Amino acid sequence: MTATMTPTPVRKRSSLTKGQLPKAAPYIVLALAMVIGAAILAVVGFNPFGWGIVTAILFAAGLVGWSAVVEGRRKAQDKLATCLVSGAFIVALLPLVSVIWTVLVNGIPGLIAPGFMSSSMNGVTGVFDNKAVEEGAPVVGGIYHALLGTLEITLLATVISVPVGLLTAIYLVEYGADRSLARAITFFVDVMTGIPSIVAGLFAAAFFFAIVGPGTKTGAVAAVALSVLMIPVVVRSSEEMLKIVPNELREAAYALGVRKWRTILKVVIPTAISGIASGVTLAIARVIGETAPILVTAGFATAINANVFSGWMASLPTFIYTQILNPTSPSNPDPSSQRAWGAALVLIILVMLLNLGARLIARVFAPKAGR
Amino acid sequence: MSKRIDVKDLNVYYSKFLAVEDVSINIEAKSVTAFIGPSGCGKSTFLRTLNRMHEVIPGARVEGEVLLDGDNLYGAGVDPVTVRSQIGMVFQRPNPFPTMSIRDNVLAGVKLNNQKMSKGEADALVERSLRGANLWNEVKDRLQKPGSGLSGGQQQRLCIARAIAVEPQVILMDEPCSALDPISTLAIEDLINDLKDQYTVVIVTHNMQQAARVSDRTAFFNIAGTGKPGKLIEVGDTHTIFSNPTQKATEDYVSGRFG
Repeated sequence: MTATMTPTPVRKRSSLTKGQLPKAAPYIVLALAMVIGAAILAVVGFNPFGWGIVTAILFAAGLVGWSAVVEGRRKAQDKLATCLVSGAFIVALLPLVSVIWTVLVNGIPGLIAPGFMSSSMNGVTGVFDNKAVEEGAPVVGGIYHALLGTLEITLLATVISVPVGLLTAIYLVEYGADRSLARAITFFVDVMTGIPSIVAGLFAAAFFFAIVGPGTKTGAVAAVALSVLMIPVVVRSSEEMLKIVPNELREAAYALGVRKWRTILKVVIPTAISGIASGVTLAIARVIGETAPILVTAGFATAINANVFSGWMASLPTFIYTQILNPTSPSNPDPSSQRAWGAALVLIILVMLLNLGARLIARVFAPKAGR
Repeated sequence: MSKRIDVKDLNVYYSKFLAVEDVSINIEAKSVTAFIGPSGCGKSTFLRTLNRMHEVIPGARVEGEVLLDGDNLYGAGVDPVTVRSQIGMVFQRPNPFPTMSIRDNVLAGVKLNNQKMSKGEADALVERSLRGANLWNEVKDRLQKPGSGLSGGQQQRLCIARAIAVEPQVILMDEPCSALDPISTLAIEDLINDLKDQYTVVIVTHNMQQAARVSDRTAFFNIAGTGKPGKLIEVGDTHTIFSNPTQKATEDYVSGRFG
C-alpha cells in the first residue's frame, strides 16, 4: 500500500494559505500609519487627537488597499468592515474611559482627604478653604451628610416604587389581557418614562406644598419625586420579565388545582425574580444620580440630617452641583472642586456597585439547571 | 379513586368561532380513552374542556354539559379550581417548575396550595408518586436537584408524578409523548397501562399505533375543512375502531389514506 503512494511534496508554504497577508500585516500597517501620521501632523502642528484620527484613517486605507492587492476583493471588504466595527467600538468606548479616568484622577485626592467620608460640611467656611490653599492646611469637610441623604432618599424611593411598579406589572401581564384599563396604564407608563426629571421634582414639590404646606422640602418629597421617575422603569422591566415566564408553567399550576393568585405568587414571580430584581437595581442606579428633582424637593443642607421627614437634606448630586456652582470660598474654589470630584467618584462607585449587584442578584436567583 | 365522565351535546367556542361542535361521549372509569384525528380538529380543545383548562385561553367558552360521576363541571357555582384538583392534566411539552427541586415539583400541588403536611407524609407521598410514575429508581438519589436537569422523558414522567400526587380522579394527557424519543415514549406508555388500574385516563395522540397500543376505547375526531368546527365522528372499542369502523372517514384515517 505505502509503496504505491506518491510522497507528499515538501513545500515551504501550504497551497491552502496562498494569497494571504502575513500575520503581522496589521501591526506593520499600524506602525507605518503612526509614523506617516506623525509626519503629516508635524507639518500642520502636532496634537495627539489629530494624530489618532490621521493614523486610524491611514491604517484603514493601508490595510484595505494592501489586502485588495494581495488577497482580492472579498477579503478587502472583510478588512474594511472589521476596521469600521472596531473604529465604532473605540469611538463609543473613548468617552466612557475618559470619564472614568478624569473622575479617578480628580476624585482620588478628595476621597483620601481625612474625614471626607465621615464628616459633613457643617461649620466649614471659606476661611478653612483659604487656609488650605494659602498655608497648605488639609482640606476639611466631607460628604457624610450627602451620602446619607442619597442612600436614605433612594431607599425610600425604592420602597415606594417597587410595590407600586411590581403590582402594576402583575396587573398588566396577568389580569390586563388587553382590557382598556390595561391599555390606558401602558400608555401612561410610556408617557411617564419620558417625563423630564425636573418636572417630576416640580410635581412632588407642588403636591407636598398643597398637602402639607408651602415650602415643604424634605427627603421624603425628594423620594416621591424620584419614585415618579422610577415607577415606569420598574413597571416596564418587571412587565417584560413576567411576560417571558412560559405560559406552560401557569397552566401546569392551574392543572394542579392551584388558584391564580397563588400561581402568580409562587410560580410566576419566583421564576421571574432574577430579572425583576436586576431591573429594580438598574432603576435605582438610574435615579441615584438625579440632581434637579432633588434640588427643588429636598433643598440643600450642609449639616447631617438623618430624618427624611423633616428638614432639608443633602445628596451627592446636589452636593457636587453646589460645590461647583457656589464654592465654599469664592476666592479659592479649588478645595470645593476637589470635594465635588471626590463626591462624583463616590457616586460612580455606588452606581457601579449597583450594576454589579444586579448581575449578582440575577445569578443568585436564576433557575438552576444542575444535574 | 376514579370517576367516569359523560359529555352531553358540548359545543366549544373561541369568541364567536365554533371550534368543536356537538360532542357527546361517555368515558368509562378505570380505562384509557384515546382521542385521535388530524391536526386542528379540536381534540386538544375538547380535552381542555374536560377540566375547564380552556378558560385560561381568552375568549374560549363552552355550551353543554360535562358530568363527572353525574356532577356537572359547568354547573352554577362550580369552582374551576375544585374541578382541576379532581381532573389532572399532563401537557404536550414537559413543564416542570424550573425554580423547584424534583421533590418540590412532586409536592407542588400540595405546597402551592399551602396545605400542611408533615415531613414523613411528604416523603411518603413523593416516593409513592414517583414510583407511580416509574421514576423513583432514577431520581431517588437526587431529589433535591432541580427538575429541569432531567432528560425530556424523565421530565414528562416527573410531570405525571406531579399530577398523580394530588390524587385526582381523572388524568388528561395532551399528546404526552410528542416531544419524546421512542424509548421514553415506551416508558410513558407502560406507565399509562399501570395508571388505568387506579385512574381514568384520557389521552390525545397523533400516533395511531400509540392509540392502538395503550387505549381501551378510541374516539375519532375530524374536521370538514378549514374554518369548520371539529366533530366527533365515531367512538368505540379501540379494536373495533381500528379493524372495523362504521364510518368511512374513520376507516380512511386509520388506514392512512388521509391525515
